[in-house]
Amino acid sequence: METDKQKFDELSAYIDEIGATSHELIAVLHRAQHIFGYLPREVQEFVADKLHIPVSKVYGVVTFYSFFTMEKKGKYVINVCLGTACFVRGADKIMKEFETRLGIKNGETTEDGKFTLSSLRCVGACGLAPVVQVNGKTYGNATVETVSEILKEYGGE
Amino acid sequence: MVKIRINDIPLEVDEDMSILQAARLVNIYIPTLCYLSLHIVHEHKINASCRVCVVEVKGRRNLAPACSTKCTEGMEIYTNTKRVIRARRTVVELLLSDHPQECAMCEKNTKCQLQRIAAKMNIRDIPYRGEISRPNIYIESAAIKRDKAKCILCGNCIEACSKVQDVNVLTYTHRGFKTFVGPAFDVNLDTTKCVSCGQCVMVCPTGSLSQTVVTNEVWNMIHDPTKHVVVQIAPAVRVALGEEFGYEIGVATTGKIVTSLRKLGFDRVFDTNFGADLTIMEESNELIERLSSGENLPLITSCCPGWVKFIENEYPEYLNLPSSCKSPHEMFGAIAKSFYAQKVGIDPKDIVVVSVMPCLAKKKEANREELQNGGFKNVDYVLTTRELADMIQEIGLNFDSLENGVFDNPLGESTGAADIFGVSGGVLEAALRNAILTLEGKCPTLEFKNVRGYEGFKEAEVSINGTKLKVAAVNGLKNARKIMEAIKNGTCEYQAIEVMACPGGCINGGGQPFHKRKMSRTVIGKRIEGLYMQDRSKKQRVSAQNTSIIQLYDQFLERPGSEKAHELLHTTFKSSK
Repeated sequence: METDKQKFDELSAYIDEIGATSHELIAVLHRAQHIFGYLPREVQEFVADKLHIPVSKVYGVVTFYSFFTMEKKGKYVINVCLGTACFVRGADKIMKEFETRLGIKNGETTEDGKFTLSSLRCVGACGLAPVVQVNGKTYGNATVETVSEILKEYGGE
Repeated sequence: MVKIRINDIPLEVDEDMSILQAARLVNIYIPTLCYLSLHIVHEHKINASCRVCVVEVKGRRNLAPACSTKCTEGMEIYTNTKRVIRARRTVVELLLSDHPQECAMCEKNTKCQLQRIAAKMNIRDIPYRGEISRPNIYIESAAIKRDKAKCILCGNCIEACSKVQDVNVLTYTHRGFKTFVGPAFDVNLDTTKCVSCGQCVMVCPTGSLSQTVVTNEVWNMIHDPTKHVVVQIAPAVRVALGEEFGYEIGVATTGKIVTSLRKLGFDRVFDTNFGADLTIMEESNELIERLSSGENLPLITSCCPGWVKFIENEYPEYLNLPSSCKSPHEMFGAIAKSFYAQKVGIDPKDIVVVSVMPCLAKKKEANREELQNGGFKNVDYVLTTRELADMIQEIGLNFDSLENGVFDNPLGESTGAADIFGVSGGVLEAALRNAILTLEGKCPTLEFKNVRGYEGFKEAEVSINGTKLKVAAVNGLKNARKIMEAIKNGTCEYQAIEVMACPGGCINGGGQPFHKRKMSRTVIGKRIEGLYMQDRSKKQRVSAQNTSIIQLYDQFLERPGSEKAHELLHTTFKSSK
């Protein structure tokens, strides 16, 4: 398990390597989120300090882009597509099933930090609707049974 | 130059002039909310976010925001067509639909720009109903109160915080319907690098940013028979309070203020000017000491708590440079609860010191743990100029008809040197007068005009007792940062520097009366001139000539820089990094 110090060192090395200035703020945040999984306050303050910009500016950018998150994500991020095609084919029922089984709502993370449940709008695989993605891996033609299989696969049952 | 027509009036204007500026030349009113001209800091803020100033330009499909659209050759502009009026009205109605309808209880009541525009447009009903983007959430720091619901996202405060002051605490956060303005992580301003200068409050068009009010606490003290409540007023208050009662800007109403304070029920009415003269005695002594030892130079003034917080936040490695003097009202408080308490035979625990200040940072300063002696805070409560005006209104005084009162003694006497503490360059000028008088025995030149005025950076060369001295006065924290960077780079050649956080000095502080022309040269210039007039009208214009101060040293403090003086009148600073 990588410690926080190692993560900060890695981020620091990245910033130095690309010679980042305030202009590369988004790229740096991108990398930071990749390293830490999310962008907590300490990371934002670290970035502000390294790039010599006010922390208010960093926070403004982090809260503006929905890609950036200040919430710690679970080990496995389950994304249920709620786009039109998936929705008409019952994605809402799949979402509900995940919510019941995991005991959390859309957007939340389980207490053990294992699963984060969230939704997205169309991954361009409408032929497989309804679609579920777990950490980037796609599951097509999902049903209530698929929910069980997915949870079993990732050790949630 | 380009030829344009506005509402069929032909005129010729500079090419880079905005439609808004051009319209003002011919007295055509275009309402604005987010447009901000900050004359004294040479800034115009144009982010065209409110869309209240839209006008019709012939041949252009969309309405154009007048603040950000430049005049071009042959442009035909109409500011009051049906389409314009309708659009403008819709904008204001939409703003109001997302704004709390509690004008009567708002600090900005009668001074709110949104309210004024709604009134001018004759809006009597809001046709839009829906979700409110930000429910009422108050976040109160020691000095500044934020009400998120009243924010119209104009960005004026961000401009003041970043462009004017370079403090960079406030910013736009989140996006879309959830956009709002605040510090990073949406915390209380007290836990940020906010210096409480209050310039954000001064430029906020609505009541979203206001002061933390302590009038009730002060009333309670006044009405407590066991308390001996003394009040002091800062120099800048006397040339501004009158504005709240219809006086011309910059007119000193000192006598009426003294009478009104007595009528409010304060037991003694004293003057921060006394504290200012005392500050000069200590600070010029400190300057002379540092010059002779050659250490800890340049000496930087420390009267301004906004500036003190700034250097503690940003340049903690230079905390040996600010003068160790407490600010004048804190010195006053220390003397009131020691020398004065002894003199009148009152236990200092029963003395309550109230300061009336043009400043919000003073509210926070009063809570500093260093600023107390014998377990008693030097200053208990800080009211602003606006809060004092409110208290005067509250008891129904007819300010204009009050007779002119005089300050109580011994803490009410002052020289002209103290009056100019309220303007940028004034503290420096007062210190120079005193240092020259002390070292040369006389001070033939009283006015150091090079360091006067609202320009952000001023310098002068003076000779004291044969030694040449380079001095500078800066105002606005953006300029303070520049001078600190110069010190850091070793390019600063001054021996003494005065810093005031607010552009122009205390007369433009965050506690002063609101003015719709924000940071205008005329408004600030008149208040500045008001204080120089006070200075000229005084018999004594050098602090060392103040007879009450002479007595204070004779009977109590011995001499400037004595052990007793250090215990009561000097302080320390700490890094907040």
